[in-house]
Amino acid sequence: MLSWLTFSPLLVVVPILLTPSEKKNVIRWLAVLGTVPALLLALYIFGSFDRSLAGVNESAGFQYVIQKDWIRSFHIQYYMGIDGLSVSMILLTALLSFLCIFASWGIDRGLKGYFTMFLLLEVGMLGTFLALDFFLFYIFWEIMLLPMYFLIGIWGGPRKVYAAIKFFLFTLFGSVLMLVAMLALYFKAGHSFNLIELMSFDYSSETVRLFGLTMGFAKLMFILLFIGFAIKVPTFPFHTWLPDAHVEAPTAISVILAGVLLKMGAYGMMRISFPIFPDATLWFSGALAVIAMINIVYGALCAMAQTDFKKLVAYSSISHMGFVLLGMASGTTQGMNGAILQMFNHGTITAMLFLLVGVLYDRAHHRDLDGFGGLMSRMPVYGSFSSLAFFAALGLPGLSSFVSELLTLLGGWQTYPAITIVCTTGIILGAAYMLWTLQRVFLGPLNPRYADLPEINRREVFTLVPLAILVIVLGFYPHPVLDLLRTSTNHLVDLVWETGRVSVH
Amino acid sequence: MPAAFLWWIPALPLFGAAFNGLLGGPLQRRFGKRPVTWIACAVVFASFVLSVQAFWLLSSAEPHVLETKLWTWFQVGSLQADFAFRVDPLTAVMILVVTGVGFLIHVYSTGYMARDAGHYRYFAWLNLFIFAMLTLVMGSNLLMMFIGWEGVGLCSYLLIGFWFTDLQKAQAGMKAFIVNRIGDFGFIVGGFALFWALQRHGVATFDFVELRQVAGNLVGERIFGIDLVTFVTLCFFVGATGKSAQIPLYVWLPDAMAGPTPVSALIHAATMVTAGVYMIGRLSFLYDMAPVALGVVAVVGAVTALFAATIALVQNDIKKVLAYSTVSQLGTMFLGMGVGAYASGIFHLMTHAFFKACLFLAAGSVIHAMHHEQDITKMGGLRQWLPRTHWTFLVATLAIAGIPPLAGFFSKDEILWKAWSSPHGSPWLWVMGVLGAGLTAFYMLRLLILTFYGRCRADLETQHHVRESPASMTLPLILLAGLAFVGGWVGIPPALGGVNRFEHFLAPVFEGAHAPMGESTHASNALENVLMAVSVGMALLGIALAHRMYVREPTLPGRLVARARGVYRMLANKFWVDELYAATLVAGTRAASRALAQFDARVVDGVVNGTGHATRGASWVSGAIDRYVVDGLVNGLGSLVRACGGFASRLQTGVIQNYVLAVFGGVVVLIAVMHFF
Amino acid sequence: MTVGLQHYLILSAALAALGMIAMVSRRNAITILMGIELLLNAAAINFVAFSRYGPSGGAPQFGGQVFGIFVIVLAAAEAAIALAIIIAIYHHRSSINADELQSMQR
Repeated sequence: MLSWLTFSPLLVVVPILLTPSEKKNVIRWLAVLGTVPALLLALYIFGSFDRSLAGVNESAGFQYVIQKDWIRSFHIQYYMGIDGLSVSMILLTALLSFLCIFASWGIDRGLKGYFTMFLLLEVGMLGTFLALDFFLFYIFWEIMLLPMYFLIGIWGGPRKVYAAIKFFLFTLFGSVLMLVAMLALYFKAGHSFNLIELMSFDYSSETVRLFGLTMGFAKLMFILLFIGFAIKVPTFPFHTWLPDAHVEAPTAISVILAGVLLKMGAYGMMRISFPIFPDATLWFSGALAVIAMINIVYGALCAMAQTDFKKLVAYSSISHMGFVLLGMASGTTQGMNGAILQMFNHGTITAMLFLLVGVLYDRAHHRDLDGFGGLMSRMPVYGSFSSLAFFAALGLPGLSSFVSELLTLLGGWQTYPAITIVCTTGIILGAAYMLWTLQRVFLGPLNPRYADLPEINRREVFTLVPLAILVIVLGFYPHPVLDLLRTSTNHLVDLVWETGRVSVH
Repeated sequence: MPAAFLWWIPALPLFGAAFNGLLGGPLQRRFGKRPVTWIACAVVFASFVLSVQAFWLLSSAEPHVLETKLWTWFQVGSLQADFAFRVDPLTAVMILVVTGVGFLIHVYSTGYMARDAGHYRYFAWLNLFIFAMLTLVMGSNLLMMFIGWEGVGLCSYLLIGFWFTDLQKAQAGMKAFIVNRIGDFGFIVGGFALFWALQRHGVATFDFVELRQVAGNLVGERIFGIDLVTFVTLCFFVGATGKSAQIPLYVWLPDAMAGPTPVSALIHAATMVTAGVYMIGRLSFLYDMAPVALGVVAVVGAVTALFAATIALVQNDIKKVLAYSTVSQLGTMFLGMGVGAYASGIFHLMTHAFFKACLFLAAGSVIHAMHHEQDITKMGGLRQWLPRTHWTFLVATLAIAGIPPLAGFFSKDEILWKAWSSPHGSPWLWVMGVLGAGLTAFYMLRLLILTFYGRCRADLETQHHVRESPASMTLPLILLAGLAFVGGWVGIPPALGGVNRFEHFLAPVFEGAHAPMGESTHASNALENVLMAVSVGMALLGIALAHRMYVREPTLPGRLVARARGVYRMLANKFWVDELYAATLVAGTRAASRALAQFDARVVDGVVNGTGHATRGASWVSGAIDRYVVDGLVNGLGSLVRACGGFASRLQTGVIQNYVLAVFGGVVVLIAVMHFF
Repeated sequence: MTVGLQHYLILSAALAALGMIAMVSRRNAITILMGIELLLNAAAINFVAFSRYGPSGGAPQFGGQVFGIFVIVLAAAEAAIALAIIIAIYHHRSSINADELQSMQR
């Protein structure tokens, strides 16, 4: 079933390639069709998921497991499974991919290539979340890279080539470090790529001699993996690919990039680094908290200085991912649950933000914030959706992000109170730049240049409505998502933080 | 005692807001404005009726609490947050004020906003605001309160910036929200510290009832080197200074006058700004454990009261005077809370709601009649054209000035008395309070006189069009003026022969508070009467002074200003606090953000691009090495061979004798070699 | 004075030297040929001398003399060919000055 879920987008690739290029609508609807099976299966899994099983490091706790030998001589298995850490991400990926096809309606050249690449990207994303064999994980991880490169580099904005190459090389650099760690683990832990087995191995006595220095193996591997994942999150100082990639990418790609790809980094840390190297995690969590703090405050301040709408949202993404990191560093159930919930919420909220920017860009053909003004009187529906998204982004109680930000900050306080105080100023800064943007774009007198700007159309509303519903409903009733996560996250926290410290609930 | 109907109280306005917000536009286009207003007013009235019912039930319930739980909001680890409402006496007072005054303001708005195109939007936000405020006061735990807390912030943003096509008004809304956010930062930090400290004792909770029971565990706890409870209460107070516009976060309130006047009445006079006072009342048990925090509250309240009153003295915008007056009155409320007289603070909250709402609505009536003129120097003599507005304004002014037997007298004097007599109080606080009262009387009378009395200074065109407002606007005015008159009679202190029913009603909530409640001895009664007389005298002095300056000797103000020009400028410019904030905090943050963005683009990205350049450089070097060194070797070998060949071919001279000589030479060499080796 | 081996060797060495000098230093091609003849005859005298006066023991050896006759025949043939080449060159170049015959130069 998980194989169907992962590879179903490929089913329409051949039909798409065979369709003549002029029949654009056929291609588009085929692509929609390609994302539907994954969405339906994801919803089915949502319904039938057993919320009492933890998974994480117990192979019996994973659901819908497929485990088959693949490359026997290297002990590589085709091992896929789902647990509380990944199920919310699968839902997010399936939903956003489906909506992004609609958001890609404006693409009008090279459609076949575009949608093929996009569907391939979806396969990569879904597979990464489901893979439980390190090699398989790595393959899916790399599968995501190449389509992104093309999608940005061909269908992007003025500086698309620079942005695409930067994104590709930067992420690849991280992947290479991950590869090194993967191979090192393979050899140290008895020739296995199976993540569950890797978790059960004790690395505390292993050391590595490098250039005459001796380091703990676990710490070194953790650092390598951390850099690899941190580039994806992205954390300061590895974040500079993100603003360029977002600005140059077409709307739907920005949505997917921010909505799903950024979560890969945090997910990778939770799935791989934390359970395999619990001691190293404890050792590093102070630094991680500091990095989180820098992400939040630095990202918010940089966002404030931007005049390009998309760059502003990109920096706000960096800021929001900082909350995820804080939750992860805190080592409390509240923090960790908040972190994953924040990943889900941020996916929906930032997706909305980028879709909204796309609506504006399609009409005005620029994203300069100082070039707008008073659009609320001209486009009230669009303005209302934007207001909803902006207030969700700044964490208004009653909307989904409040719950997750509250949980991460609350969790963070237990372990790092002073750092958390600085992080909490992020809510002030968030309000500042979001409201300032709202004002620059929507309030005030109507800019005469845009007196005839068309209102948001039904297709665009269709892409926004599911996300808006999620944002509002999860604000008051976060159980549907929280219940999915809870068992696994609590188990992860126990697993990692039970050594050396009383587990805090 | 469980009461399932409780959730209807906040829910009804929420439905109204959703209905009007989503369907109001089409509804208004087809059926006009009537349905929208009927729905909006009806839901608030229904909430009021239910609130009254809750109030009656409360009196008969044991213990004096009604509650209902809707669902568990989220539960993670030991943190459980519920969507639950609880009504105890304090909440009952609040919901009556909110829904009652709120309803009157809704009715008033039907007249005031009758010609505005954004009619349905206005009523949707107004209903939403009532919902948020009710959630704030009825929430059974800190998180519910915070939803309401931020919710009222959101609604004030929406309503202050209601006429958003005017950029200044939109900016005022943004300023309100951001300054409030700074306060909210304090609020949640306090919440975190509280939660984890309790967690260490195994009793983590956000529920107020449970908090009260376990708060004793926190005595002696420390955080960052200071007493934990003091830290927590001060953090919450930071939130209160934001929401309730005290020093240093009051700067949003005067700007918030940009919104429609009924909005100012509801949000900034009667309800939202009082959230901070309510919060301290709700957490009184914590504040009782932190005398330092209480002291801070009282001092900040007293200083703010005085500070704002001085600014109000010289303002010429009718709403700005009332805005600073609100800040000042809130300061008085905090003064009351800060000396442990929680019930008194809440009492003043209630009476203030009555007379301040009345004042704002009357001001709105004036503005409406004067076609949106707000400058009192262009008014005067309006009482001949606006009789009902004038009388209600007069009653409310006397109430705020603290003239008996109107409401303001009882509540303010109770606070002043407690400021003097409470173990947390001090005579200095009383002095500041009395001075503030005097100033209040003065500037309110000034406002009254300049607006309604004397010669009309407006141009003839405007004078022609001045007409009394419609019944929809004057009726609420009359009702509120009536409340301002009689509202204080529920709190007549023992010193004047009363029983102070209000304080007794609230007694269960503030059990254990340090301010003595209702105990009265002859000596203390006598002292109280003396102090009362002094403060009333102060008020009368203020009134007299105003009368002298603005009625009998109209040139006096001008001469005083000329003599104290510096002081006047300082007051008129509000001590330049806004400018100070703009120059330091705002400019500083923006400078920091620009600097960091530049840093990011040049330095951090510079490193990334630099690695790109470095790699390209390295590859160029590599290519050069390959081209010149490695390939050079190969080519060099070839050249060597060619050179050798070139050298060797020179033996081919074509001259036969050379060849012969070479042969002979070779023979000689051979022989030599054979001979010697 | 008994005529011994060394007398013949000195004679042949002198002849050889004369022949070498002639070969190397004369310009006329025919003169160079004469030098070659001298050299060859010197070599023949050497052969005969070593055969007559060389280490003997037993029956007298006639190898050298036989070789001398070979050399004479070879010299004759070679002189014929060489003269033919020189005549051909003279037809082409109208000169048999060795210094001018350098077309085989590199």
